[in-house]
Amino acid sequence: MIAAAAPIRAKRVLPGFTLSLGTTLLYLVLIVLIPIAALVLKGAEIGPAAFWAIVSSDRAVAAFRITLTAGAIATAFNAAYGLLMAWVLVRYDFPAKRLLDALMDIPFALPTAVAGLSLTALFSANGWFGSVLDAAGLQVVYTIWGIALAMAFTSIPFVVRTVQPVLEDLDSSLEQAAETLGARPWQIFSRVVFPAILPAWLAGCTTAFARSLGEFGAIVFIAGNLPFETEIAALLAYIRLEEYDYNGAAAIALVLLAFALVLLVVSNILQSWAARHREATR
Amino acid sequence: MSITISGMTKRFDRTEVLRGIDLDVADGELMALLGPSGSGKTTLLKIIAGLEWPDAGQLQVAGQDWLQLAARDRRIGFVFQHYALFPHMSVRDNIAFGLDVQPRGQRPSRAQIAAKVDELMAFLQIDQLADRYPAQLSGGQRQRVALGRALAIQPRVLLLDEPFGALDAAIRRDLRRWLRGVHEATGSTTIFVTHDQEEAFELADRVVVMGQGQIEQIGHADEIHDHPASPFVARFMGATVELPVTLLAGRASGPGLDLTALPRRALPDGPAHILARPADIRAVPDAGGCWTVGSLGSTGAELHLTASRPDGTEVEVQMPRRGAPALTRGATVTLGVEAAAVFPYSRRDHAAHVLPLRKEIAR
Repeated sequence: MIAAAAPIRAKRVLPGFTLSLGTTLLYLVLIVLIPIAALVLKGAEIGPAAFWAIVSSDRAVAAFRITLTAGAIATAFNAAYGLLMAWVLVRYDFPAKRLLDALMDIPFALPTAVAGLSLTALFSANGWFGSVLDAAGLQVVYTIWGIALAMAFTSIPFVVRTVQPVLEDLDSSLEQAAETLGARPWQIFSRVVFPAILPAWLAGCTTAFARSLGEFGAIVFIAGNLPFETEIAALLAYIRLEEYDYNGAAAIALVLLAFALVLLVVSNILQSWAARHREATR
Repeated sequence: MSITISGMTKRFDRTEVLRGIDLDVADGELMALLGPSGSGKTTLLKIIAGLEWPDAGQLQVAGQDWLQLAARDRRIGFVFQHYALFPHMSVRDNIAFGLDVQPRGQRPSRAQIAAKVDELMAFLQIDQLADRYPAQLSGGQRQRVALGRALAIQPRVLLLDEPFGALDAAIRRDLRRWLRGVHEATGSTTIFVTHDQEEAFELADRVVVMGQGQIEQIGHADEIHDHPASPFVARFMGATVELPVTLLAGRASGPGLDLTALPRRALPDGPAHILARPADIRAVPDAGGCWTVGSLGSTGAELHLTASRPDGTEVEVQMPRRGAPALTRGATVTLGVEAAAVFPYSRRDHAAHVLPLRKEIAR
């Protein structure tokens, strides 16, 4: 006999599912969605013509250009170095490995202003690195290189921490299979290992780039903040706010927001493209 | 290619995985390494492949010292237990991989590679899968692709690690026959690892039984079945009934046991024990017998029963129901053993002890 009266209810893992979902949604709305909506509304108030005038002003365009260029430099550096770092942390055993692994999180944990201050001290003309580089005719502080340096410092964990777990989970028999088929070490890496970590690596690089575009605290100390030279977009928005030019600040912030959203979408598209054949590999 | 392994040992930390392996594999032979998990069979296979390295010993293939060669230079075909297909490559690209990665000078042209891959796919009956990705294939199909990938480089030796381990019983049987056909068509020396006796005996020319890092016996199915070289092999082959007996002039005897069916053995007088399969034991009603029937059950074709002696020994018996005497619970019986392996009693036997190895028998 089958009891037909009581409807069968799916068992839920978490008790109080409705409550927990409600709480998280409320939080998301209050902390994330409402501020973003406010920003968009504020930008919409300005009107298209005025908005365009603000974001296409020479100073704003220069700030965007500097931010994007420095971000690209920092991301290119992190893409290479972060991949190497993840590789070293996963594939090699050495005495201070755990320590190095832990150090990788410092950029996350450290207040960005502290990072900016210490980088400035190191790279200024009389700092440890700066004095050497100065002698070689290379100035880092108060140039775009300083900005890129600060961005690279704060965003490196994004690449390392996304690639690392994927590399750890990689089935070692794939590499062994490639080896038995006659592949040289470089071929194993480029044809077997790299395609497997590509989605994670791309995702890490994109988030690192997005983080670089939004970096503020570490950069303002080292950049010198000269308009048209070393003034980043986030700082310009801040300056506009200081000047009670709310529209100017909102317009610039909106452009940064748009960049971030585009990057997120790109990151997701790249990942799903790269992961199109990856399910149930065993 | 003939393979000669001698004095091979290997340990992982404290565990000895191989303790002195001597093995000859003839050119074109299909050989099975059979043993329970932890017997070292996979390690031995990986050493032949160059994916593991022994601590001591020799590995000669067609007279060449393979311990001097990296895996990629050995030209072996290795089929992994879980196939290890490259997930981001189509079936065609997977099979072509070994040819694609050859150095420029040796590499066949694109057209030659494509032709070779097509030929292989047709041979393995997977041509309709050419553009699929591994995630879209069933287990049996993956197995075929993995074998195709290994065969593409025309391997000198083909090695398979538990080739059917992850497949359904029905597919297993099909693939077994199919692999035998592939072996006969390619003629390459093939070694495969398995823990399934049926698989080993049905497929291989010769079977190597391994236990705890040593070779226990090498031989054909009948030989290993009828004359296990050690208690280990006997137990592994299903002889779960162990009974102490006394040997006198080559004849074994024991209380309540009818052992007249066993042939004479050239073994010293004294205590010994026999290992028998439950299906080789018959219970015969005997008012004076010292075994008492305990549980009694039937599968229709077979009668399953347990018999015990006052000293606590309990024996499992499986006999055909047709023609079986009428038995009831509590009846006293004598046990007739129709076939069993006899080994002199040895204290060390229950540790890792093994009798002197039976020398290999030429094919």
